[in-house]
Amino acid sequence: MANPSDRLYAKSHEWAQLKGGEATIGITQYAQEQLGDVVFVELPAAGKQVAAGGVLGNIESVKAVSELFAPVGGEVIAANGELEAHPELVNQDPYGKGWLVRLKAAGTPEGLMDAAAYEKFLAEESH
Amino acid sequence: MHRYLAGEDDRRRMLAAVGCSLVEDLFISVPAEVRCGELALPPARSEEEVRREFWALAGRNIAPECTASFLGAGVYRHVTPAVADALLQRGEFFTAYTPYQPEVSQGTLQAIFEFQTFVCQLTGMEVANASLYDGATAVVEAVLMAHRLLPDRPKVAVAGSLHPDYRAVLDTYCAPQSLTVITVPADAKGRLDATAFAKAVGNDVCAAVVQSPNFFGVVEDLPALGSIAKGAKAMAIQAVAEATSLGILAPGGAFGYDVVCGEAQAFGIPAAFGGPHLGFFATRQAHLRQLPGRLVGETVDTEGTRGYVLTLSTREQHIRRAKATSNICTNHGLMALAATIVLSLLGKKGVRDVALASHSTAEYLKAGIRGQGTGSRVKLAFPDAPTYNEFLVLHDDPDGLLARLKDELVLGGVSTTRFGAGLPRGFLVAATEHNTRQECDRLLDALRRLA
Amino acid sequence: MSEKRALRQREGLIFERSSPGRVGYQLPPLEVPPVDLATTIPAALLRGEIPDLPEVSEVDVVRHFTRLSKWNYSVDEGLYPLGSCTMKYNPRINEEVVRLAGLAQLHPLQPEDQVQGALALMWELEQALIAVTGMARVTLQPAAGAHGELAGMLMIRKALADRGEHRRIVLIPDSAHGTNPASAVFAGFEVVEVASTPEGTLDLGAIARHLEGGDVASLMVTVPNTLGVFEPEIVKAAEMLHERGAFLYMDGANLNAFVGVAQPGKMGVDALHINLHKTFSTPHGGGGPGAGPVAVSENLVPYLPVPMVENIGGRFTLSYDRPKSIGKVRGFYGNFGMLVRALAYIRSLGRDGLRLMAEGAVLNANYIRKELEGDYHLQYTGPSLHEVVFDDSLQAASGVKNVDIAKRLLDYGFHPPTMSFPLIVHGALMIEPTESDGIDELNAFIAAMKAIAREARENPDLVRGAPYGTPVRRLDEVRAARQPVLRWQARKA
Repeated sequence: MANPSDRLYAKSHEWAQLKGGEATIGITQYAQEQLGDVVFVELPAAGKQVAAGGVLGNIESVKAVSELFAPVGGEVIAANGELEAHPELVNQDPYGKGWLVRLKAAGTPEGLMDAAAYEKFLAEESH
Repeated sequence: MHRYLAGEDDRRRMLAAVGCSLVEDLFISVPAEVRCGELALPPARSEEEVRREFWALAGRNIAPECTASFLGAGVYRHVTPAVADALLQRGEFFTAYTPYQPEVSQGTLQAIFEFQTFVCQLTGMEVANASLYDGATAVVEAVLMAHRLLPDRPKVAVAGSLHPDYRAVLDTYCAPQSLTVITVPADAKGRLDATAFAKAVGNDVCAAVVQSPNFFGVVEDLPALGSIAKGAKAMAIQAVAEATSLGILAPGGAFGYDVVCGEAQAFGIPAAFGGPHLGFFATRQAHLRQLPGRLVGETVDTEGTRGYVLTLSTREQHIRRAKATSNICTNHGLMALAATIVLSLLGKKGVRDVALASHSTAEYLKAGIRGQGTGSRVKLAFPDAPTYNEFLVLHDDPDGLLARLKDELVLGGVSTTRFGAGLPRGFLVAATEHNTRQECDRLLDALRRLA
Repeated sequence: MSEKRALRQREGLIFERSSPGRVGYQLPPLEVPPVDLATTIPAALLRGEIPDLPEVSEVDVVRHFTRLSKWNYSVDEGLYPLGSCTMKYNPRINEEVVRLAGLAQLHPLQPEDQVQGALALMWELEQALIAVTGMARVTLQPAAGAHGELAGMLMIRKALADRGEHRRIVLIPDSAHGTNPASAVFAGFEVVEVASTPEGTLDLGAIARHLEGGDVASLMVTVPNTLGVFEPEIVKAAEMLHERGAFLYMDGANLNAFVGVAQPGKMGVDALHINLHKTFSTPHGGGGPGAGPVAVSENLVPYLPVPMVENIGGRFTLSYDRPKSIGKVRGFYGNFGMLVRALAYIRSLGRDGLRLMAEGAVLNANYIRKELEGDYHLQYTGPSLHEVVFDDSLQAASGVKNVDIAKRLLDYGFHPPTMSFPLIVHGALMIEPTESDGIDELNAFIAAMKAIAREARENPDLVRGAPYGTPVRRLDEVRAARQPVLRWQARKA
């Protein structure tokens, strides 16, 4: 699965898709592979304020918990309610139905990569 | 060498294989400054010598089995089926480890799943864990869970009729968490004062803890107290010290409590001078992710066969570490198995019969003490309060009286002087189906003569 | 490969064995008048019969739990090389003495003059643990290792408060067991993780830097560490901490490696917990009960939990007169049943036997290390004491992970080693044989591990599909977590 070019990527393997002042956030294909089968996602409530790089929530597999970091800061509009009954969507469709949080973006994103730069980053990391 | 160790030849061959001439060479990484000489201990003993030493130690105690014993206050003697210990002594159960490799631990895992089920049935709650250490630490875990769920409320309202040991442990654990524990006193009838409770449980209280039957044996008005807690949006917690009471008393689960927890020792676990006993913890499905302790869940294997595994482990210390819901690792698995076996044997009828018999025996004693009239030196502390199988008897010198009773091989109860100055002077008398009528009459007769 | 043939019945839940009217138990006849509940307890507080409790006979119960037991692997059956767990033989004399009349049913609230034997026993165990550790006093109250850690950290917190200090930080190496940070947090501290050196040991430079902040209350350390390697600079670390008014807490999980050889009291340790269910043979019980006594140095004695057993000229008493105590950490005095077993074990082994025990544990681990060094990768190559941590990196080339090796080992009739711990070794396989077994059992284990290494090269799919011969095949842990079913429920009509 190629990393879609219509979004930006963080070093902590989250992506942010920006449109009209809103950011949709999820984790990358690489991240879901590393995590293994997702069993539970802990996401913030609407209205919560988060800074760029701040902790949005947690993603759990059977044997591990990973923190979810906000690639951009802002106010949470909604979390993906489908994930409560179907956490496996994060594995199956991390860029589509497996989205995690939508927020009202505050300020311009900094320190994020485009798809090509992220792929390069992944290649370097694996050495 | 020694009967628990390998032999000389084993040593010799292994040393040769690792290329050392002396075992001492294997400790080369241990610096000289931390070495010790010969341990200041006696030499190895044969089994027979160990037996003799422990027989002698046991002989210096008064075994309750040799007396008519009415001791309670958190530890209760019930009749235990012979089969229970026979099954517990199977090496496959007691020499096994925590079931981290589920494929070779289905015995342990399934038994725990059954235990979790029994606890849910007894407490009327939706989910229960695989056990905690004891009643005191179970109450603590409930309060800490409440604080995690309601982090902006720094107070805990606790019944003054909570077992003093449970309260003492709660104080120890709450101190570093900056949780303030407020005591709500019992009223003149031995029950938690509902008005005072309502006043204490404000919107800064995360947990409201009620014990029923309480430390004085009195059955609390769980529905009323639960309403008060829920009205303030605090977590309602019922603590239980005598678990067989759940055979006839409606549990917190019937009244919307958030946690029903406590001590299940009464289901066939030996008194053993205070431990190991059996903490149990049950709560609502909604609080599942904050539940402390181990959980066993049902699943299937690659061929679709039903099996059991430890699950939702991300709550626990070995994964969550500093953010775990509890630091507990080793729990009380074998005691949970013991209770599961006993509950299976008792079943639907037995759980009720044990409770009815225990209650009836205690009522017989209460009637006998009442019957000794107003001239008697012993009085029921709370004559009108409903009790399960334990009650407080007032006397101005409980230790002296109990000592005289002991001389007649009657262990008449637990003196409240054991628990500091704040309690009414007297002794707690507990009765179970283990106490015969003859024993009861001996106690009543002795009280008549010796009080 | 050892073939196991066993008659194994499929056995459902005890609730599924239920049949109306079966009884498993008979109470003695009630000789007092049976009470009409309506006259003694308000109706709103009563319940009726609990509908779904099972109705089974005594025979049902025996069959059920006997069948269940046969699905378990146990120490009685064979080598159980779980690193960090010390799965040694659980002697039966311990089971006999704990059941003696005069010990088994003793009530904790019987007056002291009635329980002198029990108090003497506790005092004897404390003396024995003092002799082993070289520390000043021991509390027998904690119910498990983690519980002991909490008690130890609470004592340290209190000692600091007594000096007017409220330091917030506890330093914990990244190789530590998860209970260490969890216990520190429950004691009200913040945890700062310290990375280990490339050799897997304490980084004294990093510790020194943290100490400069003046906010470090304690370091928590395991000795030998969770790689089975003795911390070479433990004494220096203790000195550094003490110089700055901080404390050294030792996780005693690995004590089996050096009983009779070295003592924490000489390392500068201020407090350590002792896992009686590890070093001192009390049975693991499928997940406890254990016991986690905490031994302390003189400066922490005032803060010990109450009560302590005191020996006044041969008369034993429970002393609550300890004004600086942290209080109680559990009901009553401790897991007395486990204390009895541990003392019986210490008496059985005696001063020489305990040293032979540690020597045997270390020799057995080193033998396994030597024999498997060619087959499995060793990330940290310092000298091993009682346990050795291999990893799966040689097998990973053919897609075989530590979990696959573990599952395949089940087919060879052994419980696998500890996996995925410590966290600093990816794909870890932590092997702790203990001293209980002789060379034959170890050789059988080694042969199995070598065979699996060969299978990983030649037939990796076979290893990845294991286990094949166990009562159940590999279980779906993802499903268990995604759709939790945590109790049986009666099917609704």
